[in-house]
Amino acid sequence: MLRFLVRRSLGALVILILLSIVAFLLFFGMPRDPALLMCGKGCTPANIANIHHVLGLDKSIPEQYWIFLHNLVLGSNDFAQGPCPAPCFGYSYHTNEQVWATLMDRLPTTLSLTLGGAVCFLILGLGTGLIAAWKRGTLVDKTFTAGAMVISSMQIYFLGPLALAILVYQTHIFDKPAYNPISNDPVGWFTGLIVPWVVLSTIFASQYTRMSRSSMIEQLQEEHVRTARAKGMSSRYVFFRYAWRGSLIPIITIFGIDLGSLLGGAIITEYTFGLPGLGRLAVDAVSFSDLPLLLGVMLFSATMILLCNIVVDAAYAFIDPRVRLA
Amino acid sequence: MTTVTKEAGAPVPADAGAFLSVRDLHVSFKTEDGVVKAVDGLSFDLERGRTLGIVGESGSGKSVTNLTILGLHNPQFTTVEGEILLEGQELTTARESQLERLRGNKVAMIFQDPLTALSPYYTVGRQIAEPFMKHTGASKKAAWARAVEMLGKVGIPNPKERASDYPHQFSGGMRQRAMIAMALVCDPDLLIADEPTTALDVTVQAQILDLLKDLQQEFGSAIIFITHDLGVIADMADDIMVMYAGGAVERGTTAEVLRSPQHPYTWGLLNSMPRLDSDLSAPLAPIPGTPPSLLNPPSGCRFHPRCTFQDRVDGNRCVTERPLLAPDRASACHLTAEQKHTIFVEEIRPRLG
Repeated sequence: MLRFLVRRSLGALVILILLSIVAFLLFFGMPRDPALLMCGKGCTPANIANIHHVLGLDKSIPEQYWIFLHNLVLGSNDFAQGPCPAPCFGYSYHTNEQVWATLMDRLPTTLSLTLGGAVCFLILGLGTGLIAAWKRGTLVDKTFTAGAMVISSMQIYFLGPLALAILVYQTHIFDKPAYNPISNDPVGWFTGLIVPWVVLSTIFASQYTRMSRSSMIEQLQEEHVRTARAKGMSSRYVFFRYAWRGSLIPIITIFGIDLGSLLGGAIITEYTFGLPGLGRLAVDAVSFSDLPLLLGVMLFSATMILLCNIVVDAAYAFIDPRVRLA
Repeated sequence: MTTVTKEAGAPVPADAGAFLSVRDLHVSFKTEDGVVKAVDGLSFDLERGRTLGIVGESGSGKSVTNLTILGLHNPQFTTVEGEILLEGQELTTARESQLERLRGNKVAMIFQDPLTALSPYYTVGRQIAEPFMKHTGASKKAAWARAVEMLGKVGIPNPKERASDYPHQFSGGMRQRAMIAMALVCDPDLLIADEPTTALDVTVQAQILDLLKDLQQEFGSAIIFITHDLGVIADMADDIMVMYAGGAVERGTTAEVLRSPQHPYTWGLLNSMPRLDSDLSAPLAPIPGTPPSLLNPPSGCRFHPRCTFQDRVDGNRCVTERPLLAPDRASACHLTAEQKHTIFVEEIRPRLG
């Protein structure tokens, strides 16, 4: 297991480095010059050259990349804005704040939104999927399947405002979505996020309902499941002990991907509910050509996705003993 | 849902004393293309300590019959009619909880492919111990000890350590041994072996067959042995039932059926079997044609489209009238007893060598 984790972590590191190189090259391929945005009115070529020099953009691209990596690992005191301890992504061009500090500032919002939502949609999706598979062919199954189909064809930007309009503005059942740190105000944290959680988990759960149902039905037709029945084990025992375990593997795969990409920022959800998370940060970084912030957000999201994948792969080994030796 | 219709005039079990008695069993599946009559009017009896071999091609209804005995068919799409009596207890109408108590306890099953039939997620020992705990109420520890004992009995070396291995750590032959240990863990009175050696190579196959015979002697169980391999059946069975298109076409003791077979389909099966001492240049004679579709089975005798002897039957009876299988030694064919004898002695036996 340790060897596996080391191997996978090294692989993830290589992917992150490659990703950062690609991002660097793409940034310099962009037609927009960040110096122009910062320069404002009365811009002269001398000003632009000066900004380039301050930002380090007058150096060659490999040199800039090397400095980026160096700062990331060791930190730097060369910034005009002040010291920048590792992991240092530098200072945002736009806000002049330290990128890592900004990321850490936004992370709790995204973390709360995502983890809370994930718990909800996993329970909801797996639960309904299992019930549908258990009651296969009945009205319950058909209702769940049809409902999941309808909901999964909706989008956050439809369901989100709808939920806001009905649950918050008209009936006042729930508070207006907002992020209150859990350490300050646990109740406010919960009530502020409940509508985003409901919407997020409704949309994601429908996918898990369908997946868990079909995966279960497939597993129930496995020969080893029939053997378990032939041994006289009860239907419920066979359902949960034999069939469910196998059905989890495809679900965990998708869950790892979903969770990773949500942790990297649920852009539309955050915008819909006005929550200041990583997703909004990513959009800001792109629209302001903010290279340090862009690299920061991107590498952070990528790390989240890779981490989740490693956790998923480790989870396979817990579920399926055949993976343990391979 | 399972619909069980019992006709008023359904035949009464010939002798209620038989350990297992199947009477006029019909099993059909609803599919998108129509109703498949997988088993169509099958009757047989089995006594304790005896082995019944069921032979037939794929799709002849062998496996379906036996899954139905245990109630393992999918009730949503399956209709079962007729009677299955195990020591006088009717199984087709039994409740699921009653069947659960029988399965793995009084009636156990060995499946064909030990690779897919064992769960990859649990240790071999646990899978063997589970039914023992369930049916005898033994403690976890006692059941594990029993699993180790059974693994030793079926000839797995080092059973203590191997019990905590997973099936994928076993070879094919060992997996089938584990499967047999699992089936025998509660000393079943009836063991249904559905092609237990088909997935194994020949030497392992012989070992498994010997093992089954030894265990039968020890436990006195009745065995239903399903196969399409006549060589295996000659070795294993006391009685043989030949199935074709969902029904039995010939029945008798192993010696009777193999030495003087009476049904053209059995002749075909014997003919298509290679022998060590036969002329190498002589080609094997396969049965012409293909097994019939059970969606729309042939009229009259199910075998008539493939039968080369139907012109020797008077009139058009093979096409119009379904031949019946009498009890005991019999074959379902319109040829007369003398005709069958002459054809076999003069035309078939010389070819078998």
